[in-house]
Amino acid sequence: MANKKIKVPRAKMPEQDPDVRRRNFQEVPNGLTAEMAMTEASRCLQCKKPLCVQGCPVSVKIPEFIKLIAENDFMGAAKKLWETNALPAVCGRVCPQEEQCEGKCIVGKKGEPVAIGYLERFAADYARENDTGEIPAVAQKTGKKVAVIGSGPSGLTVAGDLLLKGHAVTIFEAFHKPGGVLVYGIPEFRLPKAIVAAEVAALEKMGADIQCNTVVGASVTIDELFEEGYDAAYIGVGAGLPRFMNLPGENLIGIYSANEYLTRTNLMKGYLFPEYDTPIALGKNVVVLGAGNVAMDSARTAMRLGANSVKVVYRRSREEMPARDEELHHAEEEKIEFKLLTNPTQFFGDENGRLTGMECLQMELGEPDASGRRRPMPIEGSEFQFDCDLVVVSVGSNANPLLTNSTPDIALNKWGNIVGDPVAGKTSKRGVWAGGDIVTGAATVILAMGAGRAAADSMHEYLTLGW
Amino acid sequence: MAKIVNREEMAQGTIILNEIEAPRISQKAKPGQFVILQADETGERIPLTMADTNPDKGTITIIYMVVGKSTARFKDLQVGDEFYALIGPLGKPTHIENFGKVICVGGGTGIAVLHPITRALKEAGNDVTTILGSRSYDLLIMEEQMNAASTNLHICTDDGSHGHHGFVTDVLKDVLEKGDIDLVVAIGPIPMMKFCSLITKEYNTKTFVSLNPIMVDGTGMCGCCRVSVGNDTKFACVDGPEFDGHKVDFDELSKRLASYLDDEKKSLEAYENCKA
Ligand SMILES: Cc1cc2nc3c(=O)[nH]c(=O)nc-3n(C[C@H](O)[C@H](O)[C@H](O)COP(=O)(O)OP(=O)(O)OC[C@H]3O[C@@H](n4cnc5c(N)ncnc54)[C@H](O)[C@@H]3O)c2cc1C
Ligand SMILES: Cc1cc2nc3c(=O)[nH]c(=O)nc-3n(C[C@H](O)[C@H](O)[C@H](O)COP(=O)(O)OP(=O)(O)OC[C@H]3O[C@@H](n4cnc5c(N)ncnc54)[C@H](O)[C@@H]3O)c2cc1C
Ligand code: SF4
Ligand code: SF4
Ligand code: FES
Repeated sequence: MANKKIKVPRAKMPEQDPDVRRRNFQEVPNGLTAEMAMTEASRCLQCKKPLCVQGCPVSVKIPEFIKLIAENDFMGAAKKLWETNALPAVCGRVCPQEEQCEGKCIVGKKGEPVAIGYLERFAADYARENDTGEIPAVAQKTGKKVAVIGSGPSGLTVAGDLLLKGHAVTIFEAFHKPGGVLVYGIPEFRLPKAIVAAEVAALEKMGADIQCNTVVGASVTIDELFEEGYDAAYIGVGAGLPRFMNLPGENLIGIYSANEYLTRTNLMKGYLFPEYDTPIALGKNVVVLGAGNVAMDSARTAMRLGANSVKVVYRRSREEMPARDEELHHAEEEKIEFKLLTNPTQFFGDENGRLTGMECLQMELGEPDASGRRRPMPIEGSEFQFDCDLVVVSVGSNANPLLTNSTPDIALNKWGNIVGDPVAGKTSKRGVWAGGDIVTGAATVILAMGAGRAAADSMHEYLTLGW
Repeated sequence: MAKIVNREEMAQGTIILNEIEAPRISQKAKPGQFVILQADETGERIPLTMADTNPDKGTITIIYMVVGKSTARFKDLQVGDEFYALIGPLGKPTHIENFGKVICVGGGTGIAVLHPITRALKEAGNDVTTILGSRSYDLLIMEEQMNAASTNLHICTDDGSHGHHGFVTDVLKDVLEKGDIDLVVAIGPIPMMKFCSLITKEYNTKTFVSLNPIMVDGTGMCGCCRVSVGNDTKFACVDGPEFDGHKVDFDELSKRLASYLDDEKKSLEAYENCKA
């Protein structure tokens, strides 16, 4: 018989106990041990035509890095990752692997796919914890200067690539800390900020000049940057304009956009108040509207801030919830309740303008809509009311017009997103590229990074060969 | 960067002036715009309007009332100290043109906010009547500068220690009564702006107020600063901070400003205890 080999089960990520972790901000998964990682790596079949790589937006050399882990060369594995992915410690944690690399893994056809994300995280963490201070070789200086606007994953990737190619890079960031959504949005318990800080520090070592507290469009315009001597610019400002639902009572105290709720908690460290000065409301009965990653992060944050109950209210059914499976699962383990097929209609407050409750409608699924999903239809007369003292509106975000208003010669689509050519993100303005959420609308870390990488190649060509 | 080069105490130490190094911002700032400051990494992001700018020197001036922990921390900063973060210029500049006859009404630190606007309006050729108010004369700031920036100046004090004994709204009514006012700009405490707007509405005189909701980023990404203006929700940091006083829901704004009252108290007490 050919296949006598004992089937090794997929590694199980050691995690903080749900009852403990739902009240602290420490990272939920603890990471694989070296032994577990090597065992997991042995499950990879080292496919000649690896399907997993096709599922990865930046074509990480998956079988190669996994082989190095299996061979106990963890630093080598990290270096292999860096060849295509500047932020593997981040991606290993937050990529929707089930839809990307792992979703395509051949082992997953019959059993459970190789835990590519866990392994990526393992190798990257190993490299960070055993940092030799070594920095990648930077090409000879070209004398060209590039302005990167926004320090999210997209901007950081462009910056890293262009530095390696020998260009001088200045990153302009509106906030007082670099990292974009990685620092202000995704919570500490899912992505420790020390990891982002380490990635940023590595870029600085390579020569990146990071200018925080600079809102391009307000503090300085792109045209002025060109006048100051920059040769090209990359716009990676994300999709940071919160959407509200325009329901009666939405301005009551206690109703936050997810952006505000998460920024106060993560970037401003509201969870450490009063050690940090920025307060954050501590809801007892919390409702989160929406069902994406952002909603799950908000709900799990509210639980950690001491809520008695946290309900996620979503107008479609469980199947349509856009959050990653792992996050839904983690949320459920942490006793977050899902109120599905439920749509909010209004909010109630007291005489001081503070939220006291809300009203919802029950929905049922009707015919499929344009997106192919069955359209939720209200059930008439099904209104019901309940008490709550904190609501986080997490129904998506749009492009922020602050920067683009100041550069009318950059073409936008009808939603206000920048139009970039699909290959490299060239905009309608000479010398300006764009990528990440500002082009695609809210998407993923790895897509934002992929856009950055493609733009860096195209910008390099421009800087060395001309338009 | 963001080094304090000059510092003054006003109104018996309740109001502080800081002139700060900010080359980029000083070049760009226009009347009505604000900055966000942070004392240090653990600090809150606090919005303050620029009371003046000096592009040649590369400095901006802020004037703030000490009300809570963050402004108390700012007060402790001395000449030579630096702010951890300074971001700006933010918000829409005031729309300046020759309207004709304009009344500028200011109260408290609103006077500091009003100053560059008043000056710009006068420079644009307007006839500017300014009405300033304070609880008592020793709490009034910038009388001299406002006098220089206006055609006529009226002072009101609640306790009658100087000028008109009573509120700015009394004088506002008088001046409106004399007629032909094209624009009123009112900046100060919320009740002052609210009652000024109610009065000017009777005279159907266009009125701008400058709103000061709680903010976080100041760039339109959080929605913390939302205010109701007419039937719309606006983000004061990017759509404002100036709005049509006849349309603003001042009561909602007052309530929202009290969002963190208990936390703010705790925060200030802890700070004072720790200093004591
Ligand atoms: C709460 C939350 C959870 C998420 N979870 C996941 C997840 O699990 N997995 C995943 O793959 N994706 C996730 N995402 C999506 C992912 O984070 C984004 O798609 C990604 O960060 C986009 O990267 P970006 O570089 O385009 O922009 P951003 O990360 O948004 O960074 C943009 C940066 O530009 C700055 N900026 C904006 N305007 C200006 C200006 N005018 N001048 C200077 N700087 C400016 C901003 O302050 C910000 O720092 C999540 C998003 C959120 C909000
Ligand atoms: C666009 C804008 C421009 C401003 N310009 C000036 C200025 O030029 N000079 C100045 O003195 N102040 C100005 N303010 C108000 C200033 O930001 C607040 O006084 C400051 O944030 C209070 O911080 P704190 O921590 O010291 O007090 P906190 O402890 O946060 O608050 C103490 C009390 O002050 C009140 N308060 C809180 N936040 C605000 C606020 N944003 N506005 C008014 N009252 C508030 C509340 O009643 C609160 O209970 C401006 C506000 C905005 C939004
Ligand atoms: S970057 Fe993301 S999609 Fe690509 S291999 Fe790594 S975890 Fe998978
Ligand atoms: S598809 Fe799966 S088994 Fe094949 S190389 Fe990729 S990870 Fe390994
Ligand atoms: S302060 Fe965040 S949107 Fe205005």
